[in-house]
Amino acid sequence: MSDTAPMKLPLDAIWRARTSKFGDFAGYDMPLQFEGLIPEHNWTRQHAGLFDVSHMGPSFFALPKGHGLEGDDAHKKVASLIERLVPADIQGLKPGQVRYTMITNEDGGVLDDLMIARPAELGAAGDLYIVVNAGCKHQDWALIEAATKGEANLVRADDRCLLALQGPTAHEAAAAVIDPALADMNFMTVKRYDAFGRITVTRSGYTGEDGYEILVRAENAADLANALLAHPEVKPIGLGARDSLRLEAGLCLYGHDLDPTTSPIEADLAWTIQKRRREAKDFPGAKRILREYDLGAARKRVGIRPNDRAPAREGVEIFKDGKKIGVVTSGGFSPVLNAPISMGYVDAQFAEPGTGLELMIRGQARPATVTPLPFVPHRYVRKGKAQ
Amino acid sequence: MTKRYTKDHEWVELNGDIATVGISTYAAEQLGDVVYAELPEPGKSFKQGDDMAVVESAKTASDVYAPISGEVVEANAEIKNEQWQIINDAPQAGGWFVKLKIADKSELDGLMDEAAYADYVKGL
Repeated sequence: MSDTAPMKLPLDAIWRARTSKFGDFAGYDMPLQFEGLIPEHNWTRQHAGLFDVSHMGPSFFALPKGHGLEGDDAHKKVASLIERLVPADIQGLKPGQVRYTMITNEDGGVLDDLMIARPAELGAAGDLYIVVNAGCKHQDWALIEAATKGEANLVRADDRCLLALQGPTAHEAAAAVIDPALADMNFMTVKRYDAFGRITVTRSGYTGEDGYEILVRAENAADLANALLAHPEVKPIGLGARDSLRLEAGLCLYGHDLDPTTSPIEADLAWTIQKRRREAKDFPGAKRILREYDLGAARKRVGIRPNDRAPAREGVEIFKDGKKIGVVTSGGFSPVLNAPISMGYVDAQFAEPGTGLELMIRGQARPATVTPLPFVPHRYVRKGKAQ
Repeated sequence: MTKRYTKDHEWVELNGDIATVGISTYAAEQLGDVVYAELPEPGKSFKQGDDMAVVESAKTASDVYAPISGEVVEANAEIKNEQWQIINDAPQAGGWFVKLKIADKSELDGLMDEAAYADYVKGL
């Protein structure tokens, strides 16, 4: 990053009282590990883990005051502005709905992946809540402002705290500590609560588990974090386990599994581009992305399981019958499977699950098998409604 | 015989012309739970500082360097049998990696003793 010291999180003291293992990530001094990566990982799969992700880029994007539009009209207007940058159907969001999407470039590559939510509250018509990645936030916000100058306002909220509470019992802790209504939220929805100041909660996350991401003002954040940590189901979890959890869940990490040369189709994220946008062909990179959508991409993101015990990490080259056909973009160890796992890009003809490959690890070709993603099934809470 | 340590956190203990080599308690703690290790086969020779073995946790992969030149005469059977836990449980005893037959024990002169290594780790 830069040569300046990394920034401290608003809750730095709370984490530092529990661990000394910190590291610089995207310019922030982040807790990497508490009791250990594997126990933290397993705790999150079985109970509830609390992650400080305040380094990320939450923001509000809104029509200017006095826009004179109401309800769906206001939403359609603000959504049409952000759709200049992303291929998802944002106009089609229902009140309270959240959608995962990407900022794409004219070449059809991915500049960042992000969440866009449509708050449902009275008075929020024409507002969007947008959360982008830590390492891309300055780029993303500049892109959004440049593309919508004078038509809408982007307000950064990264001076607040963003806490992720993830795991099968996250709803118990959230209901007990914040509001019983949190237990009734659907996955990929957003709601505001008058608790710990005024908080914005999405039922979402990046671990493959049920859970919440909670935006809270810095002055209220310590009270919320301490109240959650006092719940018997909740333990603090570091960035290390956050990475192994998202890898088991088969989720992309920007800068590793996604980059400006990689298309959403190559990344196996075609499901994020809804029909209305595919038909309108009006997003950056539509030409390449829709060609690949129709005809298939030349390479594809796949899950890979080494046949032996050696982890294949980012950068390991992938071979088929001695010929290079791809590269690993994320790799490590799955505590749930008790085995190494990787994701990578391979020539599309070798992307079928069950295909045998070789991984070149320290000069030695080791057998591996293409495996369906996710490695560990998602356990999102959906109460009947499709997303 | 006492242990000597490298700046890369290997330890070596000499008994006659046989050097037992492993990673330090500090290194094992920093690494976390070991999920994979790769040891060299008996008969392989290394110069001091050569890549000799690999040890991996969920977090990261670390190279282990030969702290002294020599030929591998034995690799830890427990680690070979994928019982990695011994590296976390007893890194400076049962979790040793290999035994090397050495030729020049003066190579140990450049390594740290227990007290110097403890100071070195404190400064990290």
